[in-house]
Amino acid sequence: MSDVTASTDTKVNWMRIDIKTAGPAIALILLCIIGFLLNPAFLSEGNLTNLLTRSAFIGIIAVGATFVITAGGIDLSVGSMAAAIAGVMIIIMNSAMETLGPGLATVLLGCGCSILLGLGAGWINGMLTTKGKIEAFIVTLGTMGIYRSLVTYFADGGTLSLEFAIRGVYRPVYYGSVLGLPTPVWVFIVVAICGWLLMNRTAFGRYCTAIGSNESVAKYSAIKVDRIKTMTYVIQGLCVSLATIIYVPRLGSASSSTGVLWELEAIAAVIIGGTVLKGGYGRIGGTILGALILTTIGNILNFTDLISNYLNGTMQGLIIIIAVWLQRGDWGKAKANKS
Amino acid sequence: MKTLKTLTALAFTGALSLTAGAATAEKLRIGVSYPTPTHAWAAGMNWHAEQAEKRLEALYPDIDLILVNSPDPSAQASALEDLVSVHKIDALVVLPFESEPLTDPVLNVKNTGARITVVDRGLSQPGIEDIYVAGNNPEMGRVSAVYMKSRLEAGDNIVILRGIPTLIDNERFDAFMAEIDGSGINVLDHKHANWNRDDGFEVMQDFLSRFPDIDAVWAQDDDIAIGVVAALKQAGRDGDGMFVVGGAGMKETIKSIMDGDELVPVDVLYPPSMIATAMDVTVASFKSNGPVAGRYILGATLITQDNAKSFYFPDSPF
Repeated sequence: MSDVTASTDTKVNWMRIDIKTAGPAIALILLCIIGFLLNPAFLSEGNLTNLLTRSAFIGIIAVGATFVITAGGIDLSVGSMAAAIAGVMIIIMNSAMETLGPGLATVLLGCGCSILLGLGAGWINGMLTTKGKIEAFIVTLGTMGIYRSLVTYFADGGTLSLEFAIRGVYRPVYYGSVLGLPTPVWVFIVVAICGWLLMNRTAFGRYCTAIGSNESVAKYSAIKVDRIKTMTYVIQGLCVSLATIIYVPRLGSASSSTGVLWELEAIAAVIIGGTVLKGGYGRIGGTILGALILTTIGNILNFTDLISNYLNGTMQGLIIIIAVWLQRGDWGKAKANKS
Repeated sequence: MKTLKTLTALAFTGALSLTAGAATAEKLRIGVSYPTPTHAWAAGMNWHAEQAEKRLEALYPDIDLILVNSPDPSAQASALEDLVSVHKIDALVVLPFESEPLTDPVLNVKNTGARITVVDRGLSQPGIEDIYVAGNNPEMGRVSAVYMKSRLEAGDNIVILRGIPTLIDNERFDAFMAEIDGSGINVLDHKHANWNRDDGFEVMQDFLSRFPDIDAVWAQDDDIAIGVVAALKQAGRDGDGMFVVGGAGMKETIKSIMDGDELVPVDVLYPPSMIATAMDVTVASFKSNGPVAGRYILGATLITQDNAKSFYFPDSPF
């Protein structure tokens, strides 16, 4: 008897989880149908490639943000960090051109520095939150301001531009494609797979979830809480530097308007994907769908003139709320209980 | 008797030192207040203001220009108070952060007897400023449209990338549409690209996927135009006489116009150097024997390969 109840319980549970996990995917499919109905060119190969390439920046950053948020933290500095790293990369590559010439070596040097800077910036955020015992919100709000003003300072208020000769070598990193898919999409796919494995198949991922659900319990369970939390910020920094490496060759420039509001887009992508903002539950797959949804909204709005330009923000806000409601709302539960 | 003598001597010395004081105070002090440069155009303005300060102070030893930049409207209001109380300015050149919150602070400066020059953004009350120097937003839209009409024929298609939704953007856009109206040129659509390279790139990518036949682009701004050009080149649609018209007068754009770029053949001026014009005019109001007070609306000059040289400042950040 009890066996039977238990099995129906798990069955009901499974259905509920199914609807919830499918939420972001349903939202994305609905958006694509709407896009196609508005303009069939939406599903053209060119537009789909653009969409995926564009999602890569926010998507890669959001994979890192999934770890930070799952472990109960938050990182507001990613947009400014991307701008600052892009600025420093450009300065380094421009000055290295005299000695190394405009070749592969210069580009590799720039990318290497980008990764070091990302790891370092993430480590600073992590140490200040764990060892410094300052709330992540305040630490990263502070570093957000610092990085943003640094890039303004480096650029003398204007725009830093990559030397034209280097651009020729670096260009394929954004514009090139392998097996029909643009390079940024490949980077996005690799980051997503690594992120998924790290979150779902390693002790590190389980530790993040445990810390996010209850830090004290995690500490008593002999998890090195400070080290794991710092690691999440370092991973976030690495993701930001990877996103920057594929961003710089696009327009070859960085200014104070680079990466503005990326932090909010990344956090929105994570939450739309089903990760819980207060930590304890993270979904990399959902995050990737979330990033795709955000980019698709902007893309669709550019494809139609039905909606006033001034209402773009309204449409984006509505779709974000609906996408999250699809998986959080009581409707799934109520339905499951009734049946 | 002796005391009286000493007193007279003292009084005399006092009077002398007073005259000496008056002589140094005769130096004309002109305060120049504008927003802290946080984007390229404002950085260019900052550079031009510094250049004008050096040039004018070298030209007139009795003039002292005091440059102050402020990060927000309330900081600018405090900066204006300091210019009056600390520097005792005789004239003020101000580019207000916002019109409303700075109207009263500027009025207070005027009440101390200082001459007022307002740059670019007007105050919300008329009659405060003695001199007004500004770029011409509607003219910028109109000049761009006139150029479009000179290159295109009836039935040709253009798309428009607009700036940040503001009054400035509306003035440019409305004047452009009024001029293009009746020419037979189709405006396929217009979207906001927020005076930003990345947005310009993405909006243009979407326009290119959506419209198979585009003959020209009005990007309104040099930063947007850079994104547009990258998107056109990516899609391989930068040939066949396609052209992009930006605006403002960024040095990189001017340089490529000088070099005969065909994709961005012209630019429409909305110069950050207008602050230097305002400083010149203000100094002239003290030095010139002709009347100077009035409104100076700068032309939205069409920059082509022929005249580009006179708008090129390689050392400016913009």
